[in-house]
This record gives sequence, C-alpha cells and structure tokens, in this order.
Amino acid sequence: MKIRSQVSMVFHLDKCIGCHTCSIACKNIWTDREGAEYMWWNNVETKPGVGFPTQWEDQEKYHGGWELEDKPKNPQLKLKLQNRLQTFANLFSNPAMPTMDDYYEPWTYKYGDLFNSPLGDDQPTARPVSRVDGKPIDIKSGPNWDDDLSGSNIYAVNDPLLESMSDDDKRRLFSIEQLFYFYMPRICNHCLNAGCVAACPSGAIYKRAEDGVVLINQDKCRGWRMCVSACPYKKTYYNWATGKSEKCILCYPRLETGQAPACFHSCVGRIRYLGVLLYDADQIPDAVRVPDEQLVQRQREMILDPNDPSVIAAAKESGIPDGVIAAAQRSPVYQYVKEWELALPLHPEYRTLPMLFYVPPLLPVLNSTQENGAQRVEAELFSSLEKARVPVRYMSRMLSAGNDEVVLKSYRKMIGVRIYKRAETVGDVTAEEAADALAQANMTAEEAEAIYRLTSLPTYQERFVIPPYSREGDIEEIYDPQQRKAESGFGKSQGAHRGL
Amino acid sequence: MLNILLFVVFPYVALAIGIVGTIYRYLTNQYSFTSLSSQLLENDWQFWGSTLWHYGILPTTVIHLAGFTVPKIMAALHSTPEMLYLAEVAGKILGIMALVGVGILLYRRLASSKVRTVTSPVDWIVLALLFGQVLFGLILAFGYRWGAAWFLHTATPWMASLATFQPAPQYVTALPLAHKVHFLTGFLLFALMPFSRLVHIVTFPTSYAWRRFQLVIWTRRKAAQ
Repeated sequence: MKIRSQVSMVFHLDKCIGCHTCSIACKNIWTDREGAEYMWWNNVETKPGVGFPTQWEDQEKYHGGWELEDKPKNPQLKLKLQNRLQTFANLFSNPAMPTMDDYYEPWTYKYGDLFNSPLGDDQPTARPVSRVDGKPIDIKSGPNWDDDLSGSNIYAVNDPLLESMSDDDKRRLFSIEQLFYFYMPRICNHCLNAGCVAACPSGAIYKRAEDGVVLINQDKCRGWRMCVSACPYKKTYYNWATGKSEKCILCYPRLETGQAPACFHSCVGRIRYLGVLLYDADQIPDAVRVPDEQLVQRQREMILDPNDPSVIAAAKESGIPDGVIAAAQRSPVYQYVKEWELALPLHPEYRTLPMLFYVPPLLPVLNSTQENGAQRVEAELFSSLEKARVPVRYMSRMLSAGNDEVVLKSYRKMIGVRIYKRAETVGDVTAEEAADALAQANMTAEEAEAIYRLTSLPTYQERFVIPPYSREGDIEEIYDPQQRKAESGFGKSQGAHRGL
Repeated sequence: MLNILLFVVFPYVALAIGIVGTIYRYLTNQYSFTSLSSQLLENDWQFWGSTLWHYGILPTTVIHLAGFTVPKIMAALHSTPEMLYLAEVAGKILGIMALVGVGILLYRRLASSKVRTVTSPVDWIVLALLFGQVLFGLILAFGYRWGAAWFLHTATPWMASLATFQPAPQYVTALPLAHKVHFLTGFLLFALMPFSRLVHIVTFPTSYAWRRFQLVIWTRRKAAQ
C-alpha cells in the first residue's frame, strides 16, 4: 500500500447562491495579467447551461480526458486526445485546441474618452476595446453569458448533458413554471490521474506529493498546449502573452501559510470545504479501468479511513507526517465523501479521478405543496424523488457517470436530514415520519445531526482543515528567502516576459 | 579577403553565437524557452501553415545535416540514377511544402491583428529570413539540379574544413551568388537562434516517448538531495 495525502475539496451546491465572489477573488490575485484576462481558474456556471469554455463537457468536440480501449479483455486506458506517437505528429498544430472564440475575447472600455472627448452635442461613450489587440470590438459573448438561464433557449439548450434526456424532460426544463437551475462553481480538480499531466510533452506538469496540488512548472513549459486539450474540465489555459500554460494552483502559497485558498475564503454561501484525504496510490491503475457505473464506488474505496490503525501505520511508512494524518482525521471532505457518501466527483467518466466533490443540489428537486397559504414539506418525498423537478438523470449524468442509484442515495440522505430536522424544529412532521425518512436513507439520527451541523453551522476551522506544512524547513536551507522577494506571482524572480 | 570574412570568419562567429548564446539563455532564462504559439488567437490558417512548414523543413534540415556529417552514406544512397531522381523529387516537394507553409505563416501574421499583437520585431526578421532561405533553396534546387550529388562535393567539404579547423573556403567561393546567399543566410539564422523564438528547436520533447504518464514530485525529498 502506497499511501499519499491529497488536499481535497467539497462544494455544497445547495448552498451556492451564484454570486461569483470566488471568481473575482481568484481573478484579483492570479489572472489580472496580460494574456491571462480570459482565464477563469475559478468560474461559476449556471446549469443547465453551456459552461465555460462553451460546451466544455462535449468531449467529442474537445477530446479531453481518458477512455477505455474498446475490447473485452483487460482494456487499457488511453488519452482521448492522442497517443504518444500522435503527440509528436501533432506537435506543430494541436488538433483539439480551443480557440479564443470558445472562451471569449477579453475586453475593456475606453474610459478615457469620457473625460477627454471634445465638447459636442452628444454624450461621450466608453467604447469596448479588445484586451488582445486594442481594437474596438462588438461584444458577442463573455464568461457567464448565460448566467441564471438568460437566453436559455439559445444557450442552455446546447448543454451537452441534455443529450441523454427524453424530449419530455427537455421540454419541462425550459417551460417557465417547471424550469430549474443551479450553480456549478468549478476550479481545477487536482486529479489523481490527470489528463493534463499525462499529455504534457515537456513533462512540465506534476503533482506535488505532499498535498496533491497539480502545478505547471513555468520554466519547463514549452507552450505545446496539449494540457489545454487533454484536460476534460478545460481548467488549464494557454497564456497568449507569455507563451506558457497556466492553471489553478489551489493558492498553494496561502495553503503553506495555513490560509484557505482565496475562492474558499471568500465564499459567501460558505459552500466550500477543504481537507486532507489519504488514499492508496497503488489502486489508481485499477480504479480508472472499472465500468462507468462503478467509478464512484471504486474511487471511494481508494480513499482510506484515517482513524484505522493499519492505515495510520501504512501512512507513516509512506512518509506522511503525523500532522497531516491528524488533519486527515478531522477532514470535512472525508466525512462528506466517504463517511456519508453525500459528495460526488464531477464527471467521473473522464477517468481522471477528480478530487473535488460536489454535494448535489436538493432545492430544485424538492417539491413542496401549498397548504393554507404556507408551504409544507411533503412527507411522501421519496415517491416523488423519481419524478422530481430536476430529472435525477441529469444529475447522474454529471456526478456519477450515469449511475442513478449513487445520486439517489445521496438525495435520500439529504431529504432524510431535512425531514428529521423539520420534525425537531418546526414540528409539522411527526417523529414517526422522521424516523421513517431516516430508515429509508439508511441513516441514524446521530449521522443526520452531524450532517446538519457540518452543512449548516460549521466554523471556519471546521470547513477548512489545512494540514501543517513544513515548507520553510524543507526549502530554507537551499533557497535564500530574499531571492524571491520581487517575484511576479509564480515564484518567479524574473518578470514573466514573452520570449526574450 | 571578403571571401575569408564571409566563408570562414562569419560561420565561426555565427556558430559560436548560436551555441554559446543558446546555452547561456537556457541556463539563465529557461522561462523564455517556448514555442510562443499563437494557435489560441488564430486557428484557421495555423494548421496549414505550421504543419506544412514543419513537415517540410524538418526532413530538409535533417537531410542537409546528414550531408555534412555522413557524406559517405548519403553518397551511397544516391549512387543509382533512380535514387538520385527520387532524392531530387523528394527534396523539391519538401521544399515547396516548407515555402507554402512559411508563406501561410507570414500571411496570417500580417492578416490577423491579434497575431500581430504577439509578434516582435525579431519575429518578423526571422520569418522573412526563413522565407528567403527556403526560396533560395528552391532556386538552387530548380536552377542547379541534382543537388544531392553536387552538395557532397561543395558544401560538405567546406563544412568539414570548418569542423576540422582547417578552413577551405575555395570549395564554395566559386559558386554562383544564389548559393552564397543560401549559405550565409543559414549561418545568420543559426546566429539569431538565441535572440529569437528559434530556441524552441532545442526543446523538442523527445523524452515524452518513454516517460511515465503521471509525474509526482516530493518537494522534501528533492530538496534533501
């Protein structure tokens, strides 16, 4: 058993209010530079919707992620983009490179014109100009162009996930009384079997063994852009100004000083949780080759119980410090992902083993009835779950590679918690109904209480259990701390200039 | 005197600048080693330009280098009229591919204002020189046929004389002007390597052929080494 630790994440979609504060916090720190304006290391999408870049989930278009060989015996995993030989053949022109049109052309406004225009009859205006070539542009799209389902009959209907749904379901999604939507904040998943790492011809992308953060070595990156294509989540971006690829760094400078990443810290809805997961790295090759419907379960099996004495012993054997094991034992992510099985990986069928997990949104699922002008939660929710407002099919297509049962199990628990707390605090649901709901979700009252507490009342320290780092001790002997004082964002002591 | 300057001094200076400059740049500013791709900004012409160019110029360059380094093997390969004919046709096809490719690359750089934004003055110089170099190469190929044969008795001994530090410019000084321009531009491009994006040539990712797919690095263990 080769145990490694991963700083993992849980996003509780029920709590996301779609305010984009996370995106702005990230942009202000990391991507407000020339060449990086169009990048959103953290973005928030409205689902159903096309996302960013447009239709990123359509892997027939973008060729991201892995796929299993189509043969019955011992199928091997291969990059959907290309094999090694094709990598060399395609080195000069990336065959599945998204262009700026798939993202959007960044722009600013000529604010100076408002002040410097000569006196005239007309009000001066600030025309939009491209941030690339400075020319006036006609803005046709931007990130979150379809926010809150705006223009859903033009944009959201093109959501690749709708393909698998019946016409009736699709019609319901876009009829005004029945439509639903929710928000999907996305950052890099810091995968265990990352497509970007595997596709990089230069070997510049790597996973930090200490915390599992996936990083691009800016010195080694040669700008072949294969990572951009191979990442199924489209979370590596090519900086057109510096000629290097960049991605979310999980704010590792903040982590190393005990702070939560900026997007986590700034989250208004407090939907984000961060903590250590211990996993068995030897199981990765097997875990990525199981049939689609087993992927979530297999990924959970890789994640080990940090309180199990044999796991602790093996972790110490693998060089994991005591402090990290202690952090793993308090990890909120472990509880959501493994103990409660509430949180699910985004598109596990890409087979990259993403380590960011989502608690599916319950709110649009839950139908409520009007009674004397007040809303009353139906006790018979479970019978209605299958004909719920969000087709479970849509969620399972997104979070469990099409395995409905995995999503339903998560939903049953969440509904169980809700009814249990309803009986306790409001009292319009009887104790028997609550007990019945818990039984159907196969859960004890203690577990329901724990889920409630971590979901609704967690403190900062409970949401973010950051493992102790000993970076100073590790690197101080070899690096002069003053050497990096004037760095420009990437731990680079020289400015990030293009070419020479 | 001019011949000594052009065909002895200049090649040595160009080689020295190219080699020392590239190594120095790699050691001091590895960050600057990148292909500086503009595919994100313009992807319609990029495929045709870049693919034709590289698929044309890479074999051509390798064949040129083979002519310098293993002339006996190259001579043996061209010992029959059929092979010589094949070499003649293949060389011309590759050259035309490269010329069309670099022409497209030049055109897209001029036509797209986005690509122009990320084009430095030295990019223009290099691109123009490459276009001229391939053009002159094709002039030689079409104007002075059977280059596969005469190459080995003119350029090869001249390069060999330079490599053995017994320079013998007389092998090339009598050649027509087009030849001389082609030779000198070649060395000029080599000298420009450390000052331009041409450095991406030395970053060809050969190790990808055998490296493991997943890379995991322990900071602590690396630092302890």
